[in-house]
Amino acid sequence: MNEISQQLVNGLALGSVYALIAIGYTMVYGVLRFINFAHGDVFMLGSFAGFYLAPQIAKWFPLPSWGGWVAVMAATMIICAIIGIVIELLAYRPLRNRPKLTVLITAIGVSLLIQYTCQHQAFFGASQKAFPPLLPSGNFSLGGLSFNTTQFVVLGVTLVLLAALTFIVKKTRIGMAMRAVSHNSAAASLMGISNSFIISFTFGLGSALAGAGGILYGMTYTGIEPLMGVSVGLKAFVAAVLGGIGNLPGAALGGLLLGIVETYAGGMSGVSTYRDGIAFAILILILIFKPTGLLGSKQIEKV
Amino acid sequence: MGASLLELENITIRFGGLVAVSDVSLCVSEGELVGLIGPNGAGKTTVFNMITGVYQPTDGKIMFAGKPTTRKKPHVLTKSGMARTFQNIRLFGSMSVFDNVRAATQLHRAHGIRQALWRGRSHHAGEKEVEDRVMELLEVFSLQDFRDEPATSLPYGGQRRLEIVRALATQPKLLLLDEPAAGMNPSEKEELMVLIEFIRKRFGMAILLVEHDMKVVMGICERIAVLEYGIKIAEGTPKEIQSHPKVIEAYLGASGD
Amino acid sequence: MSRILKDPRLLLLIAIVAAVITGLGADQMNLYYRGVIIDIGIAIILAVSLNLINGHTGQFSLGHAGFMSVGAYVAAMITLAAQKSMGAEVLAWMFLPALLVGGLVAALAGLLVGIPSLRLRGDYLAIVTLGFGEIIRVIFQNVEAAGGASGLSGIPRMTGLTWTFILAAIAVYVVGCLVNSTYGRGFIAVHDDEVAASSMGLNPTRYKVTAFVIGAFFAGIAGGLFAHHKTTINPQVFDFMKSFEVVVMVILGGMGRTGGVILAAIILTLAPEFLRAVAEYRMIIYALLIIFLMIARPQGLFHFGRKRKPLTH
Repeated sequence: MNEISQQLVNGLALGSVYALIAIGYTMVYGVLRFINFAHGDVFMLGSFAGFYLAPQIAKWFPLPSWGGWVAVMAATMIICAIIGIVIELLAYRPLRNRPKLTVLITAIGVSLLIQYTCQHQAFFGASQKAFPPLLPSGNFSLGGLSFNTTQFVVLGVTLVLLAALTFIVKKTRIGMAMRAVSHNSAAASLMGISNSFIISFTFGLGSALAGAGGILYGMTYTGIEPLMGVSVGLKAFVAAVLGGIGNLPGAALGGLLLGIVETYAGGMSGVSTYRDGIAFAILILILIFKPTGLLGSKQIEKV
Repeated sequence: MGASLLELENITIRFGGLVAVSDVSLCVSEGELVGLIGPNGAGKTTVFNMITGVYQPTDGKIMFAGKPTTRKKPHVLTKSGMARTFQNIRLFGSMSVFDNVRAATQLHRAHGIRQALWRGRSHHAGEKEVEDRVMELLEVFSLQDFRDEPATSLPYGGQRRLEIVRALATQPKLLLLDEPAAGMNPSEKEELMVLIEFIRKRFGMAILLVEHDMKVVMGICERIAVLEYGIKIAEGTPKEIQSHPKVIEAYLGASGD
Repeated sequence: MSRILKDPRLLLLIAIVAAVITGLGADQMNLYYRGVIIDIGIAIILAVSLNLINGHTGQFSLGHAGFMSVGAYVAAMITLAAQKSMGAEVLAWMFLPALLVGGLVAALAGLLVGIPSLRLRGDYLAIVTLGFGEIIRVIFQNVEAAGGASGLSGIPRMTGLTWTFILAAIAVYVVGCLVNSTYGRGFIAVHDDEVAASSMGLNPTRYKVTAFVIGAFFAGIAGGLFAHHKTTINPQVFDFMKSFEVVVMVILGGMGRTGGVILAAIILTLAPEFLRAVAEYRMIIYALLIIFLMIARPQGLFHFGRKRKPLTH
């Protein structure tokens, strides 16, 4: 097993997490045209939900086990979906049709509120916590690359969730309604689609994916803390822009690419200390040279 | 008739697969009042946006005052002597009536950033001159009493007039009016057309007027070009246009729906 | 007579004289209060300079702390070097030039950040400026001459009331005079409608970059004052939170209203001091307040009169 291909596996695992979060950014941007700054914090809450749920679930399912892991994942995704819906309901819905920047500032406010509240002793506390093992350890080999169970599962889960999401958006009635709202919310509402319901659903779906990302992140990196959503969230946003904001496959592609680039850069001497700046450098370059992203389509401004 | 000021030579623009304007040629001479008419969606505003540098034509060439406009930004073209209004009014929303016009006097002021910071005599003299010029224009259009009102508080017709004043403040050789009568009732339209004729006489500039209502422009334009589905179907004097079979078909077809 | 009273130069002179007189009495002042008042002066410079970018020109920037850090580091490195090589006597003469150089280097950074702003608007620009701020931070973290992650310490404590408020007065004067002129209406025109502005012969690029350069210059000056006030700086101080604080000042001040922005800078600097009693909940309250105010008073705290059209795009 040479180091370069091992880095690829690590990069794909990190990229999967970015991809899951990036999809939430992209979906919300699609229907509301604004950057949900608090999305990274929902991801963090997902990690902590897993952290606190695991001992409870262990009462019924012994952990680490596959059954227990599925239960933790499912419960976390539901909790995060609810959190996402509640955030939209309380903070963003009163601001519907207000200038985008007002909503952006509010979103940053929500993000700070979640972070500071969670850092408080009464909640999670500021210190780092060790994420419990959810799956039995083991090694796989696939196409000449060796994975440990976690990496394999991270990648597998991401692909399955992406497929499920694509199915929902492309094939179901509610997915069609989502696309309609994204395309033209006024026209959609004239066609009898409830914008409010679709927006709630979008937040729920995106937040559930972020929650899944939180669990997968915890399983991969084991250390979790209340501020981890900031940098991971921002990078996932970069991934969404890289792929073309509003474009689902683009978000997944952007996430995977960013994860791989960061992992390789982290392994290079001389570059590794700049690792946290890479995402932003990519962001700036892509916005200057191809603002629509890799898979986005061009929009013409009406004059 | 003066020398040619604006020339469109076979311009075409495509947005993706859609050909919005195809092979259109048009010429406006100095001091001439030309109308560009056509049903909604015929590509009139797109032609405007190509002339003013908002869009780049995919094919063809535009000459203004003897020079190609290719790849020139809107503000550069304005500097070379054209000014426009917008179909959907685009006044500076947070400014007063006076400031809307003042902001458009940038091209013709003697004082700039250094004078603004030093606040010496030359600054005050410059500001006084700008103020006089703006007030003179506002008076011509009977807007002087609203100088300190927010521009967006003016009635609709007033906002349309203010847009014209703002364009005039750049001292253009060619004034491009994009459906200035949109949303007006027949008597307001009548008044506006009188005003446009007056502008041409008083400031001696060429005017290109876009309008979808044929009747409005008949009375004042010397020459009219008709656009339908991005193609120029006719050009001539108002009389010729009125009896042109293709034009009648386009308009009767449109209104017969 | 009224013309003379309205002359902004006279107001500037009065402000400078007032700053000098206050500075004379500063020695008798309680150190804690003096420190807080200097904080306020620095906050005013930051808020007023960001107001030129965000409020007047409408270029939503979340990177002001980045410019501030450039000024802080450059100025501190100059005075630290001067202290080492030339001794404490020359230091007094080096302070102002050091601040100036810091401001100029920050202005250069502003030029670099201004360039992508030509193609971006609204929340995209916000994210890019945020990214620039973060990149500047990562760079300082890696530059050994800047002390790496632990930053610089032992910076001479040279920021006094007098200089802080003279520079704050100059910042207010410059931004005020700039905007309140025929030239300066261009900033607001670009803010209101870029397409219309360029159709009126204004070069939006030029205005945006000018706003970024001047705004960054004063942020750099504020950074220099900050470094010589706190005496230690590190990359963490100038994170996204710092930029956000300044943005909140501009927004609560009413986007483009100089008086309101100054008032917001004062209140938001004092607020944490008053909340010291509930230090644990301070930031939670802060976050809640922001959300509440955005929902209840998006046009700014001190705006009661005619409605100004809110930011579009």
